[in-house]
Parts: sequence; structure tokens; C-alpha cells
Amino acid sequence: MAKIEPKKTAMPEQPASERIQNFDEVPYGYTEEMAIAEAKRCIQCKDPKCIEGCPVEIDIPGFIRLIAEGDFRGSVRVMKEKNLLPAVCGRVCPQEDQCEKFCVLGKKFEPVAIGRLERFIADWEARQGEAEIPKPAPPTGKKVAIVGSGPAGLTVAGDLIKLGHKITIFEALHKPGGVLVYGIPEFRLPKEIVFREVDYLQKLGVELITSFIVGRTKTVDELLTEYDAVFLGTGAGLPWFMFIPGENSKGIYSANEYLTRSNLMKAYRFPEYDTPIMQGKRVATIGGGNVAMDSARTALRLGAEESIVIYRRSKTEMPARDEEIEHAEEEGVIFNFLTNPVAYHADKDGWVKEIECIRMELGEPDASGRRRPVPIENSNFREPIDTVVVAIGNSPNPLVPATTPGLETTKHGTIVVDETTGRTSKKGVFAGGDIVTGAATVILAMGAGRVAARSIDEYLKTGEW
Amino acid sequence: MNTILKKETLSPSVKLYEIEAPLIAQKALPGQFVVVRIVEEGERIPLTIADSDPERGILTLIVQEVGKTTEHMGLLDEGMAILDVAGPLGLPSEIENYGTVVMVGGGIGIAPIYPITKGMKAAGNRVISIIGARSENLLFYIDKMKAVSDEFIITTDDGTSGIKGFVTDELKRLIDEGVKIDRVVAIGPTIMMKMVSEVTRPYEIPTIVSLNSIMVDGTGMCGACRVEIDGETKFACVDGPEFDGHKVDFDLLMQRQAMYIEQEKKSLECFRENLVHRI
Ligand SMILES: Cc1cc2nc3c(=O)[nH]c(=O)nc-3n(C[C@H](O)[C@H](O)[C@H](O)COP(=O)(O)OP(=O)(O)OC[C@H]3O[C@@H](n4cnc5c(N)ncnc54)[C@H](O)[C@@H]3O)c2cc1C
Ligand SMILES: Cc1cc2nc3c(=O)[nH]c(=O)nc-3n(C[C@H](O)[C@H](O)[C@H](O)COP(=O)(O)OP(=O)(O)OC[C@H]3O[C@@H](n4cnc5c(N)ncnc54)[C@H](O)[C@@H]3O)c2cc1C
Ligand code: FES
Repeated sequence: MAKIEPKKTAMPEQPASERIQNFDEVPYGYTEEMAIAEAKRCIQCKDPKCIEGCPVEIDIPGFIRLIAEGDFRGSVRVMKEKNLLPAVCGRVCPQEDQCEKFCVLGKKFEPVAIGRLERFIADWEARQGEAEIPKPAPPTGKKVAIVGSGPAGLTVAGDLIKLGHKITIFEALHKPGGVLVYGIPEFRLPKEIVFREVDYLQKLGVELITSFIVGRTKTVDELLTEYDAVFLGTGAGLPWFMFIPGENSKGIYSANEYLTRSNLMKAYRFPEYDTPIMQGKRVATIGGGNVAMDSARTALRLGAEESIVIYRRSKTEMPARDEEIEHAEEEGVIFNFLTNPVAYHADKDGWVKEIECIRMELGEPDASGRRRPVPIENSNFREPIDTVVVAIGNSPNPLVPATTPGLETTKHGTIVVDETTGRTSKKGVFAGGDIVTGAATVILAMGAGRVAARSIDEYLKTGEW
Repeated sequence: MNTILKKETLSPSVKLYEIEAPLIAQKALPGQFVVVRIVEEGERIPLTIADSDPERGILTLIVQEVGKTTEHMGLLDEGMAILDVAGPLGLPSEIENYGTVVMVGGGIGIAPIYPITKGMKAAGNRVISIIGARSENLLFYIDKMKAVSDEFIITTDDGTSGIKGFVTDELKRLIDEGVKIDRVVAIGPTIMMKMVSEVTRPYEIPTIVSLNSIMVDGTGMCGACRVEIDGETKFACVDGPEFDGHKVDFDLLMQRQAMYIEQEKKSLECFRENLVHRI
């Protein structure tokens, strides 16, 4: 057997100094040679552990073996059996906590770069031109309404249209894709990729209605009179604030607003696009997740001289993907760990001028298993700042639950479902994704969509609840 | 969808649009608004539903041209469509029989005050309406407002129509004359709503105002629209837009409304320049 390269095949990317001047995607992706070389690092375990780490159970050794053999089309086929959106997942999944964490190579060396290979195979397919449109399944005469066009909703749509059901997606915003489009920036996930996937679904016959707010334009109960089943994939779109003094000063954004202005509304191309955004010189982002990394890196690209992340725990507890933290560091984002804002100070016109923080130390582990940050008394300090992005989390938007009698929710505002079927407490209504789990990941939302699709199909066939 | 069926000029800077939007028209209640986007590069802006006709599936929007998007909208003709219209958004107005209500509409605020006034009248209230503007040529909806009011007062800053003065002067006069007022609803420039709330505060007359903070999505997803009510942060698009005027931090609202003044100027300049080039 050939000697195994200890390190992953490097993926070429834009140099940090260049890329902070633009919004183009950072990594370029593997060439065919690189992909084949990396695929050959996989030792094709008899009892592959990586699959256990994948929420949608992709046949990982299978698709990698076909890459190693140069059969890319075959590899795509294996991938798509389980994952509808590999171009997205290859780019945004936290592989280090999933498949790659279980890779046997990882015990001695770096694991196989499963994510990069997934991305390669999806991009390869896209370069071959239009995806083939399969022959439509015979119509079942059943109609399903899908609320929300994030990864959960798109997965349900894709699975059910192939079974011959008639599918309509209702989306509140003017563009489909959910967080993939309004939240995750272009430099990490080109919107083109998401629109291509949506376009494919539309070619399969999925109907998409944008600017339609379920709960307002029509309620779930009204949809139930026209559709045989309803899937709720409305995500966790309600931004949290800290409710500390001065937080409503001008220049302070929720990450949702900051990223929506930049991504969905394309404020980074102002004035070509109409929506404005603050182009701060000293920008503080509060939080330590992917959302915070995206915000801090967006700030750099909008022209910030200093982009500072303020996180109340230490680097080890940061929930962001490793790659995002690395990229942020390379780009010059400054990290202020064990620090938490307590107030903002504004000038007489209401513009934020200073952030007041307190130092923290780590205490006993909390419910999440991470050590609890505790404020250190009298450690307050102030720093000048002109823009702040609050990226401390999101919870579900209450609109749909509030306008749907009979839909059971938890005290966190998430919808209660039976995990194995995605069924809610209301007959004919299913749910999945962030609206059920609270803010989580793309792949979990897709996994939940897959589970729900299967049980929706069953319900449509049997009518049994 | 979203086709402009009728366009009418109400005053030099104010235009009325009737838009075909049957789903929204069936749902719209007084006090609610839509978010519109008129071109692909465009901003999302909130506009109050000034009237709706569920049978014909029509929404009426009344728009004052104050910047890029509203000026651009002014160039759309009948038969053209608005790219996106989403709604109805926001909580509907609380409409009950309170007794005597005073409805105050200032400037473009006359548009949103009209459907609420109509609702108040239908609910059996005695309706006193005070509408005002800087000058006569900025007034509109006079006949419609008259038709749903028991008493109807016009004020203009320069005296070109009705009584010379501010809407607050007339409101104060009514209070001083001992008219028993059970509720005031005021919609107009933020400073006007603040003054109205100051007038009624000592008399503890319940006073409702409609806050036009800067919005993006209009569905509670971004927090751009946050306002402080009694020291508590609220999202105007989903918790409002109507709030108790005695609890609103108007100064904060006015500051936040001015957040993008520089960029708005630039945006309008670019737009007008491009127009010249195109012609
Ligand atoms: C900035 C950011 C970065 C992230 N980075 C990563 C990452 O790197 N990796 C990862 O795995 N995860 C990441 N996540 C998390 C991931 O994006 C989400 O977990 C995932 O998108 C959830 O999918 P969903 O389909 O449940 O909901 P969403 O993607 O939130 O989509 C919900 C959709 O429903 C629509 N909607 C809501 N209410 C209504 C209504 N009443 N009527 C009609 N439509 C409605 C919304 O407009 C939205 O389009 C990130 C999240 C954010 C915000
Ligand atoms: C709930 C609500 C209902 C409204 N109803 C009406 C109405 O019926 N008729 C009407 O003429 N106007 C209405 N407005 C105000 C209208 O939205 C603004 O005049 C419009 O957004 C200005 O856009 P612009 O590009 O033309 O001007 P700009 O030059 O961009 O802005 C001019 C001023 O309008 C405000 N503004 C700018 N962008 C926004 C935004 N995205 N959201 C809210 N305000 C903004 C700012 O205070 C700004 O200084 C309403 C606002 C709200 C919040
Ligand atoms: S406009 Fe975005 S939350 Fe109100």
C-alpha cells in the first residue's frame, strides 16, 4: 500500500490581503488532480466510521472511491442519493465535528478532507452544464405547502416533487434560500450556487411564491384548506439583543440586519444597489459563532480598519467552524476573548462612540457542557468604536406559532415535533430545521427535511395521523 | 400581480397608487402596512395600506416623494407592476367604540389616519378629525376624511387653507373648551406625534401614535426598526407600528430615522444623474 500523506491536500485560496478587498469566494476549490490525490488518502475502511458522523448518512467512502477512480459522474450519483445540496454542505458543514471527526486517518494524521471533496464533486457537476431533469413522477394529485425556503424547506420540496406530489413553497422574503442567501456571505457561499439549486427544483415543477408571509398573507389554517399537508421550515430568524444600556444607539446592528443588508440587499455595492450600510472604521462584533465570524469578516470587506470580535468565553469554546476562525485570523480580525459588553456610550446625535466591556473568567461547566463565563468585578474598560454587530444568537420568529391554533411550542418558542416523523401537534402539519431545534446547522435542517418528507408521503398515502 | 391599476397626483410630491394585490387586500386591516421593492437593485420600504378593496383585490398606497425609492416609484406608470409587495404587516389598529376620538393626521400621515378614522366611525365613535400640512397644496383626502368625521378641522402652517397654525393648537383648543376626549390617534411627522403626546399627557388622554422607524424586512427578523417604549426595546414592525404615545422615546426614534442621511443624499443624487443620462 502506498504511503499515506499525513496532511490534507491544500485547497488554493485567495490571499488574505487581497480577499479582504472583495466579496468573492475565498477558497477556489480543488482541481481534478488535487481531488484525486486527496481521494486516494482515503483507506476505504470496511466499517467506515465517517458515515456515522454524517447527519444524512452519505456513503462517504463510496463517493470518494469513485473520485479516486476518476469517475466523477458516478461519484455525483452516490452523493445525491443522500444529499441534495452538496455544493452548499461542502462549503458550510462543520466537518471537524461530523464526518472528519470520525475519520480513522485522523487518529494519526489529518483526516481525509471530506468536505473539500464533497464541494469538488458538486462543483464538477455544475461545470458540466445543466443538470439532467429526471422524468416527472406520475402525479399523485396531492398538494403540499412548504413554508420557508431555507435548507429544510428546499429538501422537503426536492424529495416530495420526485414522488409526484404538487409542491408550492411560500417564502416571506423576496428571494429564496433562507439563511443561505440572507445570512451567509457571498465570500463563503456564492448565492449563485443556491439559486442554481432552487432553479433546479423549479424545473422539476416546484412552484415558488416569494413575498408571501404565512401568518399574515394567509394563515396555516387557510393553507390547510387548499393543501393536503403543510411543512413549516421557517427557521430561527428572531435576533437577540443583550438589552444593555445604549444598545439602540445608531451604528449598532443585529447580525441579521447587518448581514441582510450586505448579502440579501447587496449594500456592499451601494450606491449601485440602494440599501445603505454603515462602513465603520472600528467595528466590534459580539459573539463567537459562525454568524459572528461572518459579520467580522464582512466588516473588513466594507472597509473597517479594525474588526474586533468580543467573546465572553475563550477560543476553545467558540462554536464557529474551525475554517471560519482560521480565515478570520488570517484576514486580521482581532479576538478579544473572556470579554463581554456591559454598555454602549453615544454622542449627542445618538451615534455609538464607545463600548464598555467587562473581563470574564471561566467557572464551572454549564448546561451546554462549556465552562460558564463569570464577570470579574471592577474590570470594566472602555474602547472607542463606531459600529457594533450583535451576533449572540437567534430564536424562532413567533409569527407562525402565534397565528396557528393547536400548534404546540416549547418555552423557547420552537415547535414541538415527533423527531422520527416531523409531525407537529396539529394534523397535517409537519416541521423541521431551526424552527424545531433552535439555531443549528444546514445539514441538520436538511436531515430534518428528509425525515419529514418521508412521513409526509406516508401521511398523504394513508391519511392516518 | 402587483400591477398599478391607477395612479393619481394628490399634491406636488404625493401620489396615490391603486395596486392589484388580491391576497393582501383580502387581509388588510387599518393600521397595517406593506413592504415594497420596485427594482432589483432597490431598497425595501414600508408603506401604509391607505385603503383596501377586498372585492376588487385592490390596495391603495399614498406615497410622498422624499428620496430615491419614493421618487423612483413616482416614475412608474399605470399598467406597470411593482416588483415585490409583501404584507399585510404589523398589528392592526385597535378599533372600538371609545366614545369621542380625535384623529390627527399631519402631512403624509393623512394617508394612514384615513382607514383608522373610517374604522373608528364605523365602530360608532364620535369622530373629530384634525388634518394639517405646511400649505394647502400639500393637503389631500379632504372629502374622504370629511365623509367619515363628525367634526372636521384643517390647519395649515401658512394659513392657505383652514386655520393658520399647527394641528396641536386645535387639539389643545378642543381640550381647553372642555370637549371630553376618550382617545387620540395621531399619525404624521415624528415631531408632530411627539407634540401631540405632550399635549394630551397632562390630561391622561390615551394617545396612540404610529412609528415609522427605518425597516428592512418588516417581519421581525432584523431589529432595524427597534424603538423604546417605556424603556423597553420593541420592534416597530411586529410589536407596532402603533404604540402608546406617552411611553415612546421620540428623540431616540428621530435620531435613528436620521441614521443614513448621508447615504440617502448620495443615493438620490446618483439616481437623478442616471435619469438625466437616460433621457
Ligand atoms: C450568518 C449565519 C451563518 C451560518 N453559518 C453556518 C455554517 O457555516 N454552517 C452551518 O451548517 N450552518 C450555519 N448557519 C446555520 C444555518 O444556516 C441554519 O441552521 C439553517 O439555515 C436552518 O435552515 P432552515 O431551513 O431551518 O431555516 P432558514 O435557513 O432560516 O430558512 C427559513 C426561511 O423561512 C422563511 N420564513 C420565516 N417565516 C416565514 C413565514 N411566516 N412565511 C414564509 N416564510 C417564512 C425565512 O424568510 C427563511 O427564508 C449559519 C447561520 C447564520 C445566520
Ligand atoms: C410603518 C411605516 C409606514 C409608512 N407609510 C408610509 C406611507 O404610507 N406613505 C409614505 O409616503 N411613506 C410612508 N412611510 C415612510 C417611507 O417608508 C419612507 O418615506 C421611505 O422609506 C423613504 O424612502 P426613499 O428611498 O424614498 O427615501 P430616503 O432618502 O431613503 O429616506 C428618507 C427618509 O425616510 C426614512 N426611511 C428611509 N429608508 C427607510 C426604510 N427602509 N424604512 C422606513 N423609513 C425609511 C428615513 O427616515 C429617511 O431619512 C412609512 C414608514 C413606516 C415605517
Ligand atoms: S424591520 Fe426588521 S425587524 Fe422590524
